[in-house]
Amino acid sequence: MSAPGLLDSVVAVVARDLRIALRRRADVMTSLIFFVIVVSLFPLGVGADPVLLRTLGPGVVWVAALLACMLALARLFANDYADGTLEQMVLAPQPLALLVLAKTAAHWLTTGLPLVIVAPLLGVQFDLDADALLILLASLLLGTPTLSLIGGIGAALTLGLRGGGALLALLVLPLYIPVLIFGAGAVEASAAALGAGAHLSLLAALLLGSLVFAPWATALALRIAIE
Amino acid sequence: MIMTDIRWFKYSSPQTFYPLAGTLAPWFSAAAALLAIAGLYISFFMAPTDFQQGEAYRIIFIHVPAAWMSMFLYLVMAVWAAIGLAWNTRLSSMMACAIAPTGAIMTFIALWTGALWGKPMWGAWWVWDARLTSELILLFLYLGFMFLHAAIDDPRRADRAAAVIAIVGAINVPIIYFSVKWWNTLHQGASVSLMRSPSMAATMLLGMLVMALAFWMYSIAVILMRVRCVIIERERHADWIKAPGALE
Repeated sequence: MSAPGLLDSVVAVVARDLRIALRRRADVMTSLIFFVIVVSLFPLGVGADPVLLRTLGPGVVWVAALLACMLALARLFANDYADGTLEQMVLAPQPLALLVLAKTAAHWLTTGLPLVIVAPLLGVQFDLDADALLILLASLLLGTPTLSLIGGIGAALTLGLRGGGALLALLVLPLYIPVLIFGAGAVEASAAALGAGAHLSLLAALLLGSLVFAPWATALALRIAIE
Repeated sequence: MIMTDIRWFKYSSPQTFYPLAGTLAPWFSAAAALLAIAGLYISFFMAPTDFQQGEAYRIIFIHVPAAWMSMFLYLVMAVWAAIGLAWNTRLSSMMACAIAPTGAIMTFIALWTGALWGKPMWGAWWVWDARLTSELILLFLYLGFMFLHAAIDDPRRADRAAAVIAIVGAINVPIIYFSVKWWNTLHQGASVSLMRSPSMAATMLLGMLVMALAFWMYSIAVILMRVRCVIIERERHADWIKAPGALE
């Protein structure tokens, strides 16, 4: 029996992870609800002045998205690590980086994409206008996959460690800073009539860069964690 | 940091490097002390008072060398960690381990003295200047490296995992620096800048360079001493370390 082709194995991994996510809907919902709650806390903390909220809005949504993505990272490899699936993936004839990419894609589909879809609704709560909402949506759409990709490195490195959660935050959040700056900056620049093109281009560049390097680094980290 | 150009690999084993580090450390310590005395004398007694900033500018003689070392040491640490990861050389990883705390303390000194300088100059302990912000992030990267290493019990796994985060961090440092710089110009313009246009008096520059050398020597001395501790800790079960006189 020959090994399945590269594309087949990628599709199989994505389909499997999506199926698991569908059967554990609460897990997926938790990080989404977390996102909504964090964003909703800010007006309570800083006051309901519409002008202030409009300035804070993009940044608040972005920071909350960062935290929600980070919290969801623990799920990326933990279950597969616990039940031995990950070892099989490391041993599989397909390149580990490719399988990691497939897992990350599935992870983004179940955590990043729901955030992107809900975000405009939260933007409305912060009195953002239609243009700003559109830019926010675009920036999140370009930025959240990068968060999943970079976060995968941290998730792989902290696999099975004591105090993994807080350590993961310390490792991953500094690396998220460029995404945060350009993501929130895109909305701000378009509000200041500067055009969001430059920021979105940089977000896309970060995405492409992390698409190339992050799965490889994650695969390396997984091999270190598994042996 | 292996100070030899003959038989390079002789000192790549902990067993041979341990006595070498012990021999070299006092020399670097002495050099650090002499250079610091000379540098502080130049800084405080010879360098003229700055016509804009008065006496408070003298903090740059500590601040600038510390900031240089903080960035340089991160690079050195990442290189040693990468070598350890690629060739599985134990001593390289131990060096990376030994460098991290010194790098972190340099970053902290740079931030602290920067705040002390910022209060009289800018009227604020902290501003979200691009350099300050990226220095702060650099501190987080150092801490991430150290804490990840500390969280893994098996030292070899810890070395390799920490090496991955050091390399990822090293690749990210320029990206973070430029993103913070552009973010900063978007937010508040170039009203605050550490780059002062008037050129420095020659004695000021001299003082700063001597202090930078002193910091360099100090870092090497401390790293050599710390790597000796790391070697003893990791190799405590090895035969050579149990031999009488091995720890002289």
